[in-house]
Amino acid sequence: MRELSPVPPDALAVDARDLRKEFVRKDRKRGKRRVAALDDVTLKLARGECVAILGQNGSGKSTLVRLLSTLLLPDGGGATVFGYDVVRDGKAVRRLVNRVSVEASFFKKMSPSENLHYAARFYGMTVSETRDQIPLILERVGFPSDRRGEPMENLSRGMQQKVALARALLTSPVLLLLDEPTTGLDPRSKLEVQEFIREMRSVHDSTILLCTHDLDEAEALAERVGILDAGRLLALEPAAELKQRYGAETLEEAFFAATGRGFEDEQDELDAEERKVLA
Amino acid sequence: MRAVALSLRHELIGLAGVVERNVYLTRRYIYWDLAFFVWTVANTLTIVFIAEGIEAAGGQIDVERATTTLLIGAVVWAYLGIIFEFLTETVAWERWEGTIEYTFMAPLSRAMHLGGSGVFAVLYGLIRAILLFVVVAAFFGLAFDDANFVAALVVLVVASISFFGIGMMTAVLPLISPEKGAQLGFVAQGMLLVVSGVYYPVEVLPQWMQWLATISPATYALEGIRAAILDGAPLSSMWPQIWPLLVIGAASIPLGLAIFNRGEVYAKRHGKLKRSG
Repeated sequence: MRELSPVPPDALAVDARDLRKEFVRKDRKRGKRRVAALDDVTLKLARGECVAILGQNGSGKSTLVRLLSTLLLPDGGGATVFGYDVVRDGKAVRRLVNRVSVEASFFKKMSPSENLHYAARFYGMTVSETRDQIPLILERVGFPSDRRGEPMENLSRGMQQKVALARALLTSPVLLLLDEPTTGLDPRSKLEVQEFIREMRSVHDSTILLCTHDLDEAEALAERVGILDAGRLLALEPAAELKQRYGAETLEEAFFAATGRGFEDEQDELDAEERKVLA
Repeated sequence: MRAVALSLRHELIGLAGVVERNVYLTRRYIYWDLAFFVWTVANTLTIVFIAEGIEAAGGQIDVERATTTLLIGAVVWAYLGIIFEFLTETVAWERWEGTIEYTFMAPLSRAMHLGGSGVFAVLYGLIRAILLFVVVAAFFGLAFDDANFVAALVVLVVASISFFGIGMMTAVLPLISPEKGAQLGFVAQGMLLVVSGVYYPVEVLPQWMQWLATISPATYALEGIRAAILDGAPLSSMWPQIWPLLVIGAASIPLGLAIFNRGEVYAKRHGKLKRSG
Protein backbone atom coordinates (compact mmCIF):
# COMPACT_ATOMS: atom_id res chain seq x y z
CA MET A 1 0.00 0.00 0.00
CA ARG A 2 2.74 2.45 0.94
CA GLU A 3 4.35 1.84 -2.42
CA LEU A 4 1.32 3.45 -4.07
CA SER A 5 1.14 6.32 -1.56
CA PRO A 6 4.77 7.03 -0.63
CA VAL A 7 5.17 8.94 2.61
CA PRO A 8 7.49 11.95 2.23
CA PRO A 9 9.97 11.90 5.15
CA ASP A 10 9.43 15.55 6.08
CA ALA A 11 5.63 15.66 5.70
CA LEU A 12 3.41 16.24 8.69
CA ALA A 13 1.22 13.26 9.52
CA VAL A 14 -1.78 15.59 9.80
CA ASP A 15 -1.93 19.22 8.83
CA ALA A 16 -5.43 20.65 9.27
CA ARG A 17 -6.01 24.34 8.72
CA ASP A 18 -9.24 26.13 9.62
CA LEU A 19 -11.07 22.87 9.09
CA ARG A 20 -14.80 23.43 9.16
CA LYS A 21 -17.83 21.16 8.87
CA GLU A 22 -21.44 22.20 9.14
CA PHE A 23 -24.61 20.17 9.16
CA VAL A 24 -28.13 21.31 8.50
CA ARG A 25 -30.42 21.08 11.47
CA LYS A 26 -34.16 21.32 11.15
CA ASP A 27 -36.53 22.05 13.98
CA ARG A 28 -40.07 23.38 14.17
CA LYS A 29 -39.24 26.51 16.13
CA ARG A 30 -36.24 27.80 14.23
CA GLY A 31 -36.66 26.05 10.88
CA LYS A 32 -33.58 25.07 8.91
CA ARG A 33 -30.20 26.27 10.13
CA ARG A 34 -26.58 25.32 9.74
CA VAL A 35 -24.76 24.12 12.83
CA ALA A 36 -20.96 24.00 12.94
CA ALA A 37 -19.82 20.56 14.06
CA LEU A 38 -16.20 21.59 13.56
CA ASP A 39 -15.41 25.27 13.78
CA ASP A 40 -12.19 26.31 12.00
CA VAL A 41 -9.95 23.74 13.65
CA THR A 42 -6.22 23.98 13.05
CA LEU A 43 -3.94 21.19 14.23
CA LYS A 44 -0.72 19.51 13.23
CA LEU A 45 0.53 16.05 14.10
CA ALA A 46 4.16 15.13 13.57
CA ARG A 47 5.00 11.68 12.25
CA GLY A 48 5.07 9.09 15.03
CA GLU A 49 3.28 11.35 17.48
CA CYS A 50 0.28 10.37 19.60
CA VAL A 51 -2.22 13.16 20.17
CA ALA A 52 -5.35 12.79 22.26
CA ILE A 53 -8.41 14.93 21.71
CA LEU A 54 -10.74 15.29 24.69
CA GLY A 55 -14.28 16.35 24.22
CA GLN A 56 -17.80 15.56 25.15
CA ASN A 57 -20.39 13.86 22.97
CA GLY A 58 -21.19 16.29 20.20
CA SER A 59 -17.95 18.21 20.55
CA GLY A 60 -16.87 17.29 17.01
CA LYS A 61 -14.35 14.49 17.68
CA SER A 62 -15.97 11.98 15.34
CA THR A 63 -16.46 14.65 12.70
CA LEU A 64 -12.72 15.35 12.82
CA VAL A 65 -11.94 11.65 12.43
CA ARG A 66 -14.38 11.33 9.54
CA LEU A 67 -12.93 14.33 7.73
CA LEU A 68 -9.41 12.94 8.04
CA SER A 69 -10.52 9.52 6.84
CA THR A 70 -12.28 11.06 3.78
CA LEU A 71 -15.77 10.04 4.94
CA LEU A 72 -16.91 13.65 5.06
CA LEU A 73 -16.11 16.61 2.84
CA PRO A 74 -15.14 19.82 4.62
CA ASP A 75 -17.15 23.02 4.22
CA GLY A 76 -14.13 25.20 4.84
CA GLY A 77 -10.39 25.02 5.34
CA GLY A 78 -8.51 21.89 4.46
CA ALA A 79 -6.39 19.04 5.70
CA THR A 80 -3.54 16.91 4.47
CA VAL A 81 -2.37 13.50 5.64
CA PHE A 82 1.34 12.98 4.98
CA GLY A 83 1.09 15.71 2.37
CA TYR A 84 -1.95 14.25 0.58
CA ASP A 85 -5.05 16.40 0.49
CA VAL A 86 -8.08 14.65 2.02
CA VAL A 87 -10.36 15.89 -0.77
CA ARG A 88 -8.15 15.90 -3.89
CA ASP A 89 -6.02 12.85 -3.04
CA GLY A 90 -8.66 10.81 -1.24
CA LYS A 91 -7.45 7.45 -2.45
CA ALA A 92 -3.83 8.13 -1.46
CA VAL A 93 -5.03 9.16 2.00
CA ARG A 94 -7.18 6.04 2.34
CA ARG A 95 -4.15 3.84 1.69
CA LEU A 96 -2.40 5.35 4.71
CA VAL A 97 -5.22 5.61 7.22
CA ASN A 98 -7.27 3.21 9.27
CA ARG A 99 -9.65 3.69 12.11
CA VAL A 100 -10.96 1.97 15.21
CA SER A 101 -14.19 3.42 16.52
CA VAL A 102 -16.40 2.93 19.50
CA GLU A 103 -18.59 0.54 17.53
CA ALA A 104 -16.79 -2.53 16.26
CA SER A 105 -18.67 -2.62 12.96
CA PHE A 106 -18.67 -5.99 11.23
CA PHE A 107 -20.89 -8.30 9.26
CA LYS A 108 -22.50 -9.98 12.24
CA LYS A 109 -23.20 -13.33 10.61
CA MET A 110 -19.64 -13.63 9.34
CA SER A 111 -16.82 -14.89 11.53
CA PRO A 112 -13.86 -12.76 12.68
CA SER A 113 -11.68 -14.59 10.20
CA GLU A 114 -14.09 -13.98 7.30
CA ASN A 115 -14.51 -10.30 8.21
CA LEU A 116 -10.76 -9.83 8.28
CA HIS A 117 -10.24 -11.62 4.97
CA TYR A 118 -12.82 -9.33 3.41
CA ALA A 119 -11.31 -6.16 4.89
CA ALA A 120 -7.78 -7.15 3.85
CA ARG A 121 -8.76 -7.59 0.18
CA PHE A 122 -9.68 -3.91 0.02
CA TYR A 123 -6.05 -3.15 0.86
CA GLY A 124 -4.73 -5.43 -1.88
CA MET A 125 -3.85 -8.42 0.29
CA THR A 126 -4.05 -11.79 -1.44
CA VAL A 127 -5.46 -15.04 -0.06
CA SER A 128 -1.97 -16.45 0.51
CA GLU A 129 -1.00 -13.37 2.53
CA THR A 130 -4.10 -13.28 4.71
CA ARG A 131 -4.16 -17.04 5.27
CA ASP A 132 -0.94 -16.77 7.26
CA GLN A 133 -1.29 -13.30 8.72
CA ILE A 134 -4.83 -13.32 10.09
CA PRO A 135 -4.29 -16.11 12.66
CA LEU A 136 -1.09 -14.41 13.82
CA ILE A 137 -2.71 -11.01 14.17
CA LEU A 138 -5.74 -12.40 16.00
CA GLU A 139 -3.37 -14.16 18.36
CA ARG A 140 -1.42 -10.95 18.82
CA VAL A 141 -4.52 -9.04 19.97
CA GLY A 142 -5.40 -11.87 22.36
CA PHE A 143 -8.31 -13.30 20.43
CA PRO A 144 -8.87 -17.00 21.29
CA SER A 145 -8.07 -19.23 18.33
CA ASP A 146 -11.02 -21.57 18.94
CA ARG A 147 -13.51 -18.74 18.33
CA ARG A 148 -12.17 -17.50 14.99
CA GLY A 149 -14.92 -19.28 13.07
CA GLU A 150 -17.86 -18.15 15.21
CA PRO A 151 -20.25 -15.50 13.92
CA MET A 152 -19.42 -12.03 15.25
CA GLU A 153 -22.90 -11.77 16.77
CA ASN A 154 -21.93 -14.48 19.29
CA LEU A 155 -18.95 -12.50 20.59
CA SER A 156 -18.81 -10.07 23.50
CA ARG A 157 -18.18 -6.40 22.85
CA GLY A 158 -14.61 -6.71 24.14
CA MET A 159 -13.96 -9.62 21.77
CA GLN A 160 -15.43 -7.66 18.85
CA GLN A 161 -13.19 -4.73 19.68
CA LYS A 162 -10.17 -7.04 19.55
CA VAL A 163 -11.18 -8.02 16.03
CA ALA A 164 -11.48 -4.31 15.20
CA LEU A 165 -7.92 -3.80 16.41
CA ALA A 166 -6.79 -6.77 14.34
CA ARG A 167 -8.47 -5.20 11.30
CA ALA A 168 -6.53 -1.99 11.83
CA LEU A 169 -3.26 -3.83 12.44
CA LEU A 170 -3.73 -5.96 9.34
CA THR A 171 -3.52 -2.96 7.02
CA SER A 172 -0.45 -1.43 8.74
CA PRO A 173 -1.82 2.13 8.78
CA VAL A 174 0.67 4.96 9.00
CA LEU A 175 -2.02 7.09 10.60
CA LEU A 176 -4.36 5.38 13.03
CA LEU A 177 -7.52 7.24 14.00
CA LEU A 178 -8.97 5.98 17.26
CA ASP A 179 -12.45 7.22 18.02
CA GLU A 180 -13.24 6.28 21.62
CA PRO A 181 -11.78 2.78 21.19
CA THR A 182 -12.11 1.83 24.86
CA THR A 183 -15.56 3.23 25.61
CA GLY A 184 -17.72 0.55 27.20
CA LEU A 185 -14.91 -1.95 27.64
CA ASP A 186 -14.12 -3.68 30.93
CA PRO A 187 -10.89 -2.58 32.69
CA ARG A 188 -8.88 -5.54 31.43
CA SER A 189 -9.92 -5.07 27.79
CA LYS A 190 -9.21 -1.36 28.16
CA LEU A 191 -5.65 -2.06 29.25
CA GLU A 192 -5.18 -4.49 26.35
CA VAL A 193 -6.32 -1.82 23.88
CA GLN A 194 -3.97 0.71 25.44
CA GLU A 195 -1.11 -1.78 25.17
CA PHE A 196 -2.01 -2.27 21.53
CA ILE A 197 -1.83 1.48 20.93
CA ARG A 198 1.66 1.59 22.42
CA GLU A 199 2.73 -1.28 20.21
CA MET A 200 1.34 0.36 17.08
CA ARG A 201 3.57 3.31 17.78
CA SER A 202 6.73 1.50 18.80
CA VAL A 203 6.68 -1.43 16.37
CA HIS A 204 4.70 -0.10 13.42
CA ASP A 205 5.76 3.56 13.53
CA SER A 206 2.13 4.68 13.39
CA THR A 207 0.98 8.19 14.14
CA ILE A 208 -2.07 8.14 16.38
CA LEU A 209 -4.96 10.51 16.83
CA LEU A 210 -6.90 9.34 19.85
CA CYS A 211 -10.33 10.83 20.48
CA THR A 212 -11.47 9.86 23.92
CA HIS A 213 -13.60 10.54 26.96
CA ASP A 214 -11.04 8.92 29.16
CA LEU A 215 -8.80 11.56 30.73
CA ASP A 216 -6.40 9.05 32.28
CA GLU A 217 -6.05 7.26 28.98
CA ALA A 218 -5.26 10.51 27.21
CA GLU A 219 -2.64 11.45 29.76
CA ALA A 220 -1.04 8.00 29.75
CA LEU A 221 -0.79 7.58 25.98
CA ALA A 222 -0.48 10.97 24.34
CA GLU A 223 2.35 13.45 24.05
CA ARG A 224 -0.13 16.26 23.53
CA VAL A 225 -3.72 16.64 24.61
CA GLY A 226 -6.29 18.78 22.86
CA ILE A 227 -9.60 20.06 24.18
CA LEU A 228 -12.38 20.19 21.64
CA ASP A 229 -15.53 21.95 22.73
CA ALA A 230 -18.55 22.74 20.56
CA GLY A 231 -16.42 22.19 17.46
CA ARG A 232 -13.61 24.52 18.58
CA LEU A 233 -10.14 23.33 19.52
CA LEU A 234 -9.45 25.32 22.66
CA ALA A 235 -5.99 23.99 23.42
CA LEU A 236 -3.46 21.45 22.19
CA GLU A 237 -0.34 20.92 24.24
CA PRO A 238 1.36 18.40 26.55
CA ALA A 239 -0.87 17.43 29.48
CA ALA A 240 1.51 19.01 32.01
CA GLU A 241 1.49 22.34 30.17
CA LEU A 242 -2.26 22.19 29.81
CA LYS A 243 -2.67 21.78 33.55
CA GLN A 244 -0.14 24.53 34.19
CA ARG A 245 -1.84 26.93 31.81
CA TYR A 246 -5.18 26.54 33.59
CA GLY A 247 -3.66 26.28 37.06
CA ALA A 248 -5.17 22.81 37.42
CA GLU A 249 -3.95 19.74 39.19
CA THR A 250 -5.78 17.27 36.97
CA LEU A 251 -6.83 17.14 33.34
CA GLU A 252 -10.44 17.16 34.46
CA GLU A 253 -9.90 20.48 36.21
CA ALA A 254 -8.08 21.84 33.17
CA PHE A 255 -11.01 20.74 30.99
CA PHE A 256 -13.40 22.52 33.33
CA ALA A 257 -11.31 25.68 33.30
CA ALA A 258 -11.02 25.65 29.51
CA THR A 259 -14.66 24.98 28.73
CA GLY A 260 -16.40 26.36 31.79
CA ARG A 261 -18.11 23.01 32.19
CA GLY A 262 -17.46 19.81 34.09
CA PHE A 263 -16.33 16.90 31.94
CA GLU A 264 -19.08 14.56 33.08
CA ASP A 265 -21.82 17.14 33.73
CA GLU A 266 -21.61 18.40 30.21
CA GLN A 267 -23.11 15.23 28.79
CA ASP A 268 -26.52 16.31 30.01
CA GLU A 269 -26.30 19.82 28.69
CA LEU A 270 -26.54 18.93 25.04
CA ASP A 271 -29.82 17.48 24.02
CA ALA A 272 -29.81 14.16 22.23
CA GLU A 273 -30.77 15.62 18.88
CA GLU A 274 -28.03 18.22 19.01
CA ARG A 275 -25.46 15.55 19.72
CA LYS A 276 -26.72 13.52 16.80
CA VAL A 277 -26.29 16.47 14.48
CA LEU A 278 -22.86 17.34 15.74
CA ALA A 279 -21.42 13.85 16.11
CA MET B 1 3.89 1.82 -15.41
CA ARG B 2 4.70 -0.43 -12.46
CA ALA B 3 2.54 1.71 -10.19
CA VAL B 4 -0.38 1.39 -12.62
CA ALA B 5 0.02 -2.39 -12.75
CA LEU B 6 0.25 -2.58 -8.95
CA SER B 7 -2.78 -0.34 -8.54
CA LEU B 8 -4.78 -2.45 -10.99
CA ARG B 9 -3.74 -5.61 -9.15
CA HIS B 10 -4.96 -4.13 -5.85
CA GLU B 11 -8.22 -3.11 -7.47
CA LEU B 12 -8.85 -6.60 -8.82
CA ILE B 13 -8.02 -8.15 -5.44
CA GLY B 14 -10.55 -5.74 -3.90
CA LEU B 15 -13.18 -6.75 -6.47
CA ALA B 16 -12.52 -10.41 -5.62
CA GLY B 17 -12.92 -9.47 -1.95
CA VAL B 18 -16.47 -8.24 -2.54
CA VAL B 19 -17.30 -11.48 -4.35
CA GLU B 20 -15.70 -13.45 -1.50
CA ARG B 21 -17.76 -11.56 1.10
CA ASN B 22 -20.97 -12.27 -0.78
CA VAL B 23 -20.05 -15.95 -0.90
CA TYR B 24 -19.60 -15.92 2.90
CA LEU B 25 -22.92 -14.15 3.40
CA THR B 26 -24.81 -16.41 1.01
CA ARG B 27 -23.43 -19.42 2.86
CA ARG B 28 -24.57 -17.97 6.19
CA TYR B 29 -28.05 -17.14 4.88
CA ILE B 30 -28.49 -20.22 2.70
CA TYR B 31 -31.75 -21.36 4.33
CA TRP B 32 -33.25 -17.92 3.81
CA ASP B 33 -32.18 -18.12 0.19
CA LEU B 34 -33.94 -21.47 -0.12
CA ALA B 35 -37.09 -19.95 1.36
CA PHE B 36 -36.94 -17.06 -1.12
CA PHE B 37 -36.41 -19.52 -3.93
CA VAL B 38 -39.60 -21.33 -2.95
CA TRP B 39 -41.40 -17.98 -2.98
CA THR B 40 -40.00 -17.21 -6.45
CA VAL B 41 -41.16 -20.59 -7.74
CA ALA B 42 -44.65 -19.99 -6.34
CA ASN B 43 -44.74 -16.50 -7.82
CA THR B 44 -43.61 -17.80 -11.20
CA LEU B 45 -46.25 -20.53 -11.14
CA THR B 46 -48.99 -17.96 -10.57
CA ILE B 47 -47.90 -16.20 -13.75
CA VAL B 48 -47.25 -19.24 -15.91
CA PHE B 49 -50.62 -20.85 -15.08
CA ILE B 50 -52.25 -17.92 -16.90
CA ALA B 51 -51.60 -19.69 -20.21
CA GLU B 52 -53.61 -22.73 -19.14
CA GLY B 53 -56.22 -20.43 -17.65
CA ILE B 54 -56.78 -18.72 -21.00
CA GLU B 55 -57.30 -22.07 -22.69
CA ALA B 56 -59.69 -23.19 -19.94
CA ALA B 57 -61.66 -19.98 -20.48
CA GLY B 58 -62.09 -20.84 -24.15
CA GLY B 59 -59.17 -18.91 -25.61
CA GLN B 60 -57.49 -20.33 -28.70
CA ILE B 61 -53.77 -20.36 -27.96
CA ASP B 62 -50.76 -22.64 -28.26
CA VAL B 63 -50.60 -23.41 -24.55
CA GLU B 64 -47.08 -24.80 -24.50
CA ARG B 65 -45.69 -21.82 -26.42
CA ALA B 66 -47.62 -19.34 -24.26
CA THR B 67 -46.46 -21.14 -21.09
CA THR B 68 -42.83 -20.93 -22.20
CA THR B 69 -43.23 -17.27 -23.17
CA LEU B 70 -44.58 -16.44 -19.71
CA LEU B 71 -41.94 -18.58 -18.03
CA ILE B 72 -39.13 -16.71 -19.80
CA GLY B 73 -40.68 -13.39 -18.73
CA ALA B 74 -40.94 -14.53 -15.12
CA VAL B 75 -37.37 -15.87 -15.07
CA VAL B 76 -35.97 -12.63 -16.52
CA TRP B 77 -38.02 -10.69 -13.96
CA ALA B 78 -36.57 -12.80 -11.14
CA TYR B 79 -33.04 -12.49 -12.56
CA LEU B 80 -33.28 -8.73 -12.85
CA GLY B 81 -34.63 -8.60 -9.30
CA ILE B 82 -31.54 -10.41 -8.01
CA ILE B 83 -29.14 -8.11 -9.89
CA PHE B 84 -30.86 -4.97 -8.60
CA GLU B 85 -31.20 -6.39 -5.10
CA PHE B 86 -27.50 -7.19 -4.76
CA LEU B 87 -26.41 -3.85 -6.18
CA THR B 88 -28.82 -1.87 -4.04
CA GLU B 89 -27.74 -3.85 -1.00
CA THR B 90 -24.13 -2.89 -1.67
CA VAL B 91 -24.97 0.22 0.31
CA ALA B 92 -28.14 -0.75 2.18
CA TRP B 93 -26.77 -3.89 3.80
CA GLU B 94 -23.51 -2.25 4.83
CA ARG B 95 -25.40 0.61 6.36
CA TRP B 96 -27.53 -1.85 8.31
CA GLU B 97 -24.46 -3.77 9.53
CA GLY B 98 -22.61 -0.53 10.29
CA THR B 99 -19.65 -1.44 8.07
CA ILE B 100 -20.29 1.18 5.42
CA GLU B 101 -17.74 3.68 6.72
CA TYR B 102 -14.99 1.06 6.78
CA THR B 103 -15.77 0.10 3.21
CA PHE B 104 -15.92 3.69 1.99
CA MET B 105 -12.64 4.61 3.69
CA ALA B 106 -10.83 1.69 2.07
CA PRO B 107 -8.59 2.44 -0.92
CA LEU B 108 -10.80 0.70 -3.47
CA SER B 109 -12.36 2.49 -6.41
CA ARG B 110 -16.13 2.57 -6.46
CA ALA B 111 -16.12 0.91 -9.89
CA MET B 112 -14.42 -2.18 -8.46
CA HIS B 113 -16.48 -2.11 -5.29
CA LEU B 114 -19.73 -2.10 -7.25
CA GLY B 115 -18.18 -4.36 -9.87
CA GLY B 116 -17.60 -7.02 -7.21
CA SER B 117 -21.26 -6.87 -6.24
CA GLY B 118 -22.22 -7.00 -9.92
CA VAL B 119 -20.03 -10.02 -10.72
CA PHE B 120 -21.43 -11.95 -7.77
CA ALA B 121 -24.98 -10.89 -8.59
CA VAL B 122 -24.64 -12.13 -12.18
CA LEU B 123 -23.15 -15.48 -11.12
CA TYR B 124 -25.67 -16.01 -8.34
CA GLY B 125 -28.55 -14.70 -10.46
CA LEU B 126 -27.70 -17.05 -13.32
CA ILE B 127 -27.71 -20.07 -11.00
CA ARG B 128 -31.05 -19.03 -9.49
CA ALA B 129 -32.55 -18.23 -12.93
CA ILE B 130 -31.47 -21.57 -14.41
CA LEU B 131 -32.82 -23.47 -11.38
CA LEU B 132 -36.10 -21.56 -11.53
CA PHE B 133 -36.46 -22.28 -15.24
CA VAL B 134 -35.71 -25.99 -14.77
CA VAL B 135 -38.07 -26.44 -11.81
CA VAL B 136 -41.04 -24.65 -13.40
CA ALA B 137 -40.46 -26.23 -16.84
CA ALA B 138 -40.41 -29.65 -15.17
CA PHE B 139 -43.60 -28.78 -13.28
CA PHE B 140 -45.43 -28.11 -16.55
CA GLY B 141 -43.65 -30.91 -18.42
CA LEU B 142 -42.44 -28.51 -21.09
CA ALA B 143 -40.36 -29.98 -23.93
CA PHE B 144 -37.63 -27.93 -25.56
CA ASP B 145 -36.71 -30.03 -28.57
CA ASP B 146 -35.38 -27.16 -30.67
CA ALA B 147 -34.26 -24.79 -27.96
CA ASN B 148 -30.83 -23.19 -28.20
CA PHE B 149 -30.00 -22.71 -24.52
CA VAL B 150 -26.42 -21.61 -25.19
CA ALA B 151 -27.62 -18.68 -27.30
CA ALA B 152 -30.20 -17.78 -24.64
CA LEU B 153 -27.52 -17.80 -21.95
CA VAL B 154 -25.18 -15.64 -24.05
CA VAL B 155 -27.95 -13.06 -24.57
CA LEU B 156 -28.70 -12.99 -20.84
CA VAL B 157 -25.01 -12.53 -19.96
CA VAL B 158 -24.61 -9.71 -22.51
CA ALA B 159 -27.79 -8.07 -21.19
CA SER B 160 -26.34 -8.28 -17.69
CA ILE B 161 -23.82 -5.58 -18.61
CA SER B 162 -26.67 -3.12 -19.08
CA PHE B 163 -28.57 -4.41 -16.06
CA PHE B 164 -25.41 -3.85 -14.01
CA GLY B 165 -25.13 -0.25 -15.27
CA ILE B 166 -28.75 0.50 -14.40
CA GLY B 167 -28.34 -1.32 -11.08
CA MET B 168 -25.51 1.06 -10.17
CA MET B 169 -27.95 3.94 -10.61
CA THR B 170 -30.36 2.31 -8.15
CA ALA B 171 -27.53 1.41 -5.74
CA VAL B 172 -27.07 5.10 -5.01
CA LEU B 173 -30.61 5.47 -3.69
CA PRO B 174 -29.92 4.15 -0.15
CA LEU B 175 -27.09 6.69 0.08
CA ILE B 176 -29.50 9.52 -0.56
CA SER B 177 -32.43 8.10 1.38
CA PRO B 178 -31.28 5.58 3.98
CA GLU B 179 -34.87 4.74 4.97
CA LYS B 180 -36.61 4.29 1.63
CA GLY B 181 -33.85 4.17 -0.98
CA ALA B 182 -33.53 0.40 -1.15
CA GLN B 183 -37.22 -0.06 -1.98
CA LEU B 184 -36.89 2.30 -4.94
CA GLY B 185 -34.76 -0.37 -6.63
CA PHE B 186 -37.97 -2.38 -7.07
CA VAL B 187 -39.60 0.63 -8.72
CA ALA B 188 -36.77 0.76 -11.28
CA GLN B 189 -37.10 -2.97 -11.90
CA GLY B 190 -40.85 -2.68 -12.52
CA MET B 191 -40.49 0.37 -14.76
CA LEU B 192 -37.87 -1.39 -16.85
CA LEU B 193 -39.88 -4.55 -17.36
CA VAL B 194 -43.30 -3.00 -17.95
CA VAL B 195 -42.06 -1.37 -21.15
CA SER B 196 -40.02 -4.39 -22.25
CA GLY B 197 -42.71 -6.91 -23.05
CA VAL B 198 -42.13 -9.08 -20.05
CA TYR B 199 -45.37 -11.11 -20.47
CA TYR B 200 -46.74 -9.68 -23.73
CA PRO B 201 -45.47 -8.40 -27.08
CA VAL B 202 -44.12 -4.84 -27.02
CA GLU B 203 -46.51 -4.06 -29.89
CA VAL B 204 -49.53 -4.06 -27.54
CA LEU B 205 -48.09 -1.09 -25.61
CA PRO B 206 -49.03 2.56 -26.29
CA GLN B 207 -46.66 4.23 -28.74
CA TRP B 208 -44.77 6.23 -26.10
CA MET B 209 -44.10 3.04 -24.14
CA GLN B 210 -42.90 1.33 -27.30
CA TRP B 211 -40.40 4.12 -27.74
CA LEU B 212 -39.17 3.52 -24.19
CA ALA B 213 -38.96 -0.18 -25.02
CA THR B 214 -36.32 0.57 -27.66
CA ILE B 215 -33.93 1.92 -25.02
CA SER B 216 -34.64 -0.79 -22.46
CA PRO B 217 -32.07 -3.61 -22.45
CA ALA B 218 -34.73 -6.01 -21.10
CA THR B 219 -36.62 -5.71 -24.42
CA TYR B 220 -33.68 -7.13 -26.40
CA ALA B 221 -32.90 -9.70 -23.71
CA LEU B 222 -36.46 -11.03 -23.75
CA GLU B 223 -36.61 -11.02 -27.58
CA GLY B 224 -33.31 -12.87 -27.90
CA ILE B 225 -34.00 -15.43 -25.19
CA ARG B 226 -37.47 -16.18 -26.54
CA ALA B 227 -36.14 -16.56 -30.08
CA ALA B 228 -33.42 -18.95 -28.84
CA ILE B 229 -35.67 -21.08 -26.64
CA LEU B 230 -38.95 -21.04 -28.57
CA ASP B 231 -37.58 -21.10 -32.11
CA GLY B 232 -34.05 -22.47 -31.61
CA ALA B 233 -32.54 -19.34 -33.19
CA PRO B 234 -28.76 -19.63 -33.58
CA LEU B 235 -26.45 -17.14 -31.91
CA SER B 236 -25.35 -15.89 -35.34
CA SER B 237 -28.90 -14.55 -35.89
CA MET B 238 -28.93 -12.66 -32.58
CA TRP B 239 -26.94 -9.63 -33.69
CA PRO B 240 -30.07 -7.38 -33.87
CA GLN B 241 -30.53 -8.07 -30.15
CA ILE B 242 -26.86 -8.16 -29.13
CA TRP B 243 -25.63 -4.89 -30.62
CA PRO B 244 -28.25 -2.73 -28.86
CA LEU B 245 -27.42 -4.54 -25.62
CA LEU B 246 -23.72 -3.74 -26.09
CA VAL B 247 -24.47 -0.10 -26.89
CA ILE B 248 -26.82 0.32 -23.89
CA GLY B 249 -24.25 -1.46 -21.70
CA ALA B 250 -21.43 0.80 -22.89
CA ALA B 251 -23.54 3.85 -22.06
CA SER B 252 -25.17 2.67 -18.83
CA ILE B 253 -22.03 1.60 -16.95
CA PRO B 254 -20.20 4.96 -17.07
CA LEU B 255 -23.51 6.73 -16.50
CA GLY B 256 -24.33 4.50 -13.53
CA LEU B 257 -20.89 5.04 -12.06
CA ALA B 258 -21.11 8.81 -12.55
CA ILE B 259 -24.51 8.89 -10.83
CA PHE B 260 -23.23 6.79 -7.95
CA ASN B 261 -20.20 9.05 -7.55
CA ARG B 262 -22.45 12.11 -7.44
CA GLY B 263 -24.52 10.38 -4.77
CA GLU B 264 -21.41 9.55 -2.78
CA VAL B 265 -20.24 13.17 -2.86
CA TYR B 266 -23.71 14.25 -1.72
CA ALA B 267 -23.61 11.73 1.15
CA LYS B 268 -20.14 12.88 2.22
CA ARG B 269 -21.15 16.51 2.00
CA HIS B 270 -24.28 16.02 4.12
CA GLY B 271 -23.00 13.34 6.49
CA LYS B 272 -25.33 10.63 5.21
CA LEU B 273 -22.89 7.73 5.19
CA LYS B 274 -23.60 7.40 8.85
CA ARG B 275 -26.03 9.61 10.64
CA SER B 276 -24.81 9.44 14.21
CA GLY B 277 -22.01 8.23 16.44
